[in-house]
Amino acid sequence: MTCANEELVQMAKTIRRDIMEMAFKAGGATHPGPALSSADIVTALYFKVMNVRPDEPGWADRDRLILSKGHASPVIYASLAEKGYFDKDLIYTLRFPGSILQGHPDMKKTPGVDMTTGSLGHGLSAGLGMALALKLRKSAARVYVILGDGELDEGIVWEAAMSASNFGADNLTAIVDYNHFQSGGCTDEIQCLEPLVDKWKAFGWRVFEANGHDMYDIVNKLEMAKMSICTPTVIIAHTTKGKGVSYMENNDDWHQRMPTEAEYLQALKELE
Amino acid sequence: MLEMDKISTRQAFGNAVLRLAEQNENIIAVAADTGKSMGLGGMAKKFPKRVIDVGIAEQNMMTLAAGAASVGNLVFAASYSVFTCMRALEEVRTFIAYPNLNVKVAGGMAGLSGSIEGVTHQSLEDVSFMRSIPNMVVVVPADAASTEVIVEEVSKQYGPAYIRLGRYEVPKVFDNSYKFTVGKANVMKEAGKDAAIICNGVMVGRSIEAEKILAAKGYNVKLIEMPCVKPLDEQCIIDAAKEAGAIVTVEEHSIIGGLGSAVAEVVVQNCPVPMKLVGVKDIFAESATHEKLLDLYGLSVQDIVNAVEDIIRQK
Repeated sequence: MTCANEELVQMAKTIRRDIMEMAFKAGGATHPGPALSSADIVTALYFKVMNVRPDEPGWADRDRLILSKGHASPVIYASLAEKGYFDKDLIYTLRFPGSILQGHPDMKKTPGVDMTTGSLGHGLSAGLGMALALKLRKSAARVYVILGDGELDEGIVWEAAMSASNFGADNLTAIVDYNHFQSGGCTDEIQCLEPLVDKWKAFGWRVFEANGHDMYDIVNKLEMAKMSICTPTVIIAHTTKGKGVSYMENNDDWHQRMPTEAEYLQALKELE
Repeated sequence: MLEMDKISTRQAFGNAVLRLAEQNENIIAVAADTGKSMGLGGMAKKFPKRVIDVGIAEQNMMTLAAGAASVGNLVFAASYSVFTCMRALEEVRTFIAYPNLNVKVAGGMAGLSGSIEGVTHQSLEDVSFMRSIPNMVVVVPADAASTEVIVEEVSKQYGPAYIRLGRYEVPKVFDNSYKFTVGKANVMKEAGKDAAIICNGVMVGRSIEAEKILAAKGYNVKLIEMPCVKPLDEQCIIDAAKEAGAIVTVEEHSIIGGLGSAVAEVVVQNCPVPMKLVGVKDIFAESATHEKLLDLYGLSVQDIVNAVEDIIRQK
């Protein structure tokens, strides 16, 4: 299924509502702020850009998506459920015993999850391994890795960044969800990432910037990323943590927290 | 004295990987500036694109291996034991073992074979770390010939494994007729009513020599090579405990968490008998030649003989 722009915008809204369903009804507090921040990016990938088969999650030549910021897992679970990888009611089992939906993404338990993540910083390395192995198999599949800005503090991200350009992994696209918050506060205060565009350029990447909540812009940049020769592409997506729920936006208290019923109902109303 | 191998266990590993790679185009090797030093030169020459050397970046190497395996490859990830099992331990645990991916982690310079480089390159804790991780197979070959067989056999079984390797040529214990099955021990000398020695790695050669000395003294000692520390051949251990009534484990590893601990876990829960653990006694070693370090840190032939005689007296 591929959608026109307006349909994508509506789907992103649906996914945000699903994220709030999980935030209120999961077996423990989820990370709604980080999930809402990535909602438009993930929607664009699953519903427009990526070549996948929900009825055949293990298809060898599928495009892969790695949510390196694994704590934002509800955004992936919502998207996979809406895409038809599993029964949508399963989103209510998140963080309960026996669920196929773990606190952080688990490739063995959840159909459609391409790599286990949650320990920050590892998605780009795993994605590079996939990308190089897919090239060896002469597969046309592409690999997408969504990185949180906070996890760019991890050294392994830059190990992978350096080797991805060295190996000419042009089938690899990284998207940085640059919302300027991490668990402990503002990234600009804890570990400033600037000049971020220059850093990626210095590591040999093709760099685009995008408004991470403008569907047209996101899709456009992701499509441009496909047209690369011998160079990996990173999209610095400027985002708002908690996007779409007024009291969560730019409020790091919602990094991980369960809403009250009143807060939950207000969020759903705002996302109608 | 046993004659020495012509090649090191890490080179034997590389030879085996090359043979496997010739048969299976979905085999990839990853290295961290260790392609040459881990014996992968042959494969790199023949299949340059299938040896991915990321430079000195073990965490990247290990996670990249996980990604490559997730696409359907058998991946050998080769660096020195301290780095594969310590610097990249979390990557092995969370991204290889937890998703049960088909990555064989090879750790060279293990035990005291980091030798003259000093503690930074020695690895006396690796088996302890690796065997505590679910899904992992842990193997400790004794010499070059058995390494080649073990690498091939471990590769036939899907899933993560840790292959412990050395640095130098070691005493030759086995030849090409060596047989290995994952989860099975190798009884080298049957019938031991006085005690059983359970050993692996480079200590197999020294245990053979110790057994000869003990036999000359009139003791009847069973000798078991246990290259597969996980899964463990529990039945073999139980049989040895019942038959000999005393067990001495011998390993080039800390006495905490390695082969001795693994054997003790089986013994205490099934048929408690006196045990002694010959290994390095919870201390860091120092720079010296490998053989010298083995003698200095409690792993001499005489240390094994003494442990066996002590345990027989305790029976």
